[in-house]
Amino acid sequence: MRWMWIDRILELERGQRCVAVKNVSLAEEHLHDHFPGTPVMPASLMIEGMAQTAGILVGHAREFREKVILAKIGKAVIERDVFPGSTLFYTARIDRIDDTGASTHGIVELLDHTAAERTAIGTIDLMFSHIDQNMRGLNFPEHNFVFTDQFFDLLRNSGVGD
Amino acid sequence: MPMTRDEVFEKVQEVLVEALGVDDDEVTPDATLTGDLGAESIDFLDIQFRLEKAFGIKIGQGEMFPENVLQDERYVKDGRVTDEGLVELKKRMPFADFSGFEQDRAVEKVASIVTVDAVVKFVQSKLS
Repeated sequence: MRWMWIDRILELERGQRCVAVKNVSLAEEHLHDHFPGTPVMPASLMIEGMAQTAGILVGHAREFREKVILAKIGKAVIERDVFPGSTLFYTARIDRIDDTGASTHGIVELLDHTAAERTAIGTIDLMFSHIDQNMRGLNFPEHNFVFTDQFFDLLRNSGVGD
Repeated sequence: MPMTRDEVFEKVQEVLVEALGVDDDEVTPDATLTGDLGAESIDFLDIQFRLEKAFGIKIGQGEMFPENVLQDERYVKDGRVTDEGLVELKKRMPFADFSGFEQDRAVEKVASIVTVDAVVKFVQSKLS
């Protein structure tokens, strides 16, 4: 079982960009420990949410033939605390992709429900490896253990990914 | 007008500071990417992507650091680079200085060949 840290894909443009939405809920158990009395969405889970968004974008670019693994967090800056009841938008763009991997640029936006406006609150730049193309010639299981049914269910339920 | 060596160095320095999270005064010509600047294998891909963007060049897989040479049994024996391997490395990395490496050809020392100066010369060769 993989933790999914995005709720829906709003846009998926092959090889270009992917936009995902995450609703932060007080029903998420970890928020009661982070922090007791003052629940705040952990920035590490925003990075995971962006990694899932960008990972789908990179995988989709090559029709999910590659095993796309997060290899490096080049930059991660989150400028605001995010509280339950908030909605986050992750927009990932491909900077560069080739046989070995890809680099992505990501913007995190926070939706202000009262004004219905999205404000950029962070930047997350990532690098992914296509691990079957690794130069050391290491072998990995044949089946694509990265893009499981959970991802394809999410794409299907979001009405994107064809 | 072609870029001067100093201009290339400055841009390479910016790339390495961004990619490796080091201070610019650490990025000296003699600094090795793995030993002194702490680069790991994935960082080479990151550096390659950033160099392409910064200089508008295209770098092929394994062009800057032909890691696959070290996976070849003809070129590595008992943890040391063979004569044939050394010839191949020199052919693939004409921009690098092998004088230190030739004394001790242990595979783990190959990384010491990849210095900031070698990256600068590599970029200059791509630009010319």
